[in-house]
Amino acid sequence: MTRLISFLRTNVGSKVVLAATGAVLFLFLVGHMLGNLQIFEGPERLNVYAAFLKSTGELLWGARAMLLVAVTLHIATAVKVTLANWRARPVGYAYRKDIETDYAARTMIVTGPLVFLYVAYHLMMFTWLTTGPGYSETDVYTNVVSAFQVPVISIVYIVAMLILGTHLYHGIWSMLQTVGISNPRYRWLRRTVAPVVAIVIAAGYIAIPVAVLVGIVK
Amino acid sequence: MKLMLKIWRQEGPGKKGALVAYPMDDVSPDMSFLELLDTLNEQLIGKGEVPVAFDHDCREGICGSCGFMISGEAHGPAKLTTTCQLFMRHFKDGDTIIAEPFRSRAFPIIKDLVVDRSSLDKIVQAGGFISARTGSSPDANAMLIPKNKADRAMDAAACIGCGACVAACPNGSAMLFTAAKISHLGLLPQGQPERHQRALRMVNKMDELGFGACSNHGECEAVCPKGITIDFIARMNRDYMRASTTETMEPVKRV
Ligand code: FES
Repeated sequence: MTRLISFLRTNVGSKVVLAATGAVLFLFLVGHMLGNLQIFEGPERLNVYAAFLKSTGELLWGARAMLLVAVTLHIATAVKVTLANWRARPVGYAYRKDIETDYAARTMIVTGPLVFLYVAYHLMMFTWLTTGPGYSETDVYTNVVSAFQVPVISIVYIVAMLILGTHLYHGIWSMLQTVGISNPRYRWLRRTVAPVVAIVIAAGYIAIPVAVLVGIVK
Repeated sequence: MKLMLKIWRQEGPGKKGALVAYPMDDVSPDMSFLELLDTLNEQLIGKGEVPVAFDHDCREGICGSCGFMISGEAHGPAKLTTTCQLFMRHFKDGDTIIAEPFRSRAFPIIKDLVVDRSSLDKIVQAGGFISARTGSSPDANAMLIPKNKADRAMDAAACIGCGACVAACPNGSAMLFTAAKISHLGLLPQGQPERHQRALRMVNKMDELGFGACSNHGECEAVCPKGITIDFIARMNRDYMRASTTETMEPVKRV
């Protein structure tokens, strides 16, 4: 137990926690996206899927609990690591150039909280049904379509998914590197597969409001 | 060529410092950056001013003594190059060059461009060693080491401990340095007995000294004069995770 605690207290240990919880959230994003995309197969399909999820009872709550733990740990660890990083350079440079890093990597601590805020709003709209236009507990399809027909809701959603994509752009490769899944031979994956996966996820989500706005899904 | 040098001048630890401008005429493109500073210092001494303090020793890129930020990059704009091996032909006539010390909580400034990098030594002291038997030298090739392992260990062992990785890291992390030191021993048979303890001790030491965490920016690798790659950081993390789950540092208590 003391070993576990001292593991978690180090920066390497904290980064491993960030990577592991990030992986859980990443898997959720993939699953959630695939589930949502069923909207293209019509109201029947999506509503049956939603009803099925609700019918799993304890399983659903188990998954939710796991996500909640992952989110909490992810945020708490990110804050801890970021503070340690800021402390590590009390006096900044008069002039410093970025050579290798990119915008996505430098803004993880900004894109993260923004995604979190959006998720809270998203839950209010589609899970707790406390905001947005006319909702029904059972007709998920209509809920989604009527929400996305409001341009502002769609635009906020699209922007949020772009921010999420930026977070993933650095996060996907980063989590592999942190847990040591890295080999000189596969270095090229960093700049190819990881960004492509990030783009596919963002695009998958964005496809839904776009389809509603242009009237493919109605 | 003509250059405008802006150099961080700071009288001593904890004193207030500032960038001071020194116009330099007649700079030869074949001068190294340190020779440029030598020239400047001669002029300063001639005028009765205090010369600029900077670290250097071998001046051939192998000792790791030299190093500061040159126009925002550790060791300057040339790849795989230490400050002493950076020649003025990498700059253009009329350039303004900013020279600043490496900045990190673990690298307190001693004077001007000189910082105290002994925290890197402390990381090595924490676990960067092997136990070897004394006595007559062992037979050559008595211990079989695959060529690829030997090469990889050499890649890591190329680290000269200059501290550029810490200076360039947006988080002031020393993970590239520590990873290189852990790996060059851990890749070889001689480094196996202490492999886990080494990872545990050196990683813990790094945090204790106030270095930041790695966010996988890759800035360290970009400035490293010896081309150490961040794959070694991944390797260090693997070692550390394995050590954390399997190693018992203290003898097991029996009741
Ligand atoms: S003075 Fe030895 S490496 Fe530059």
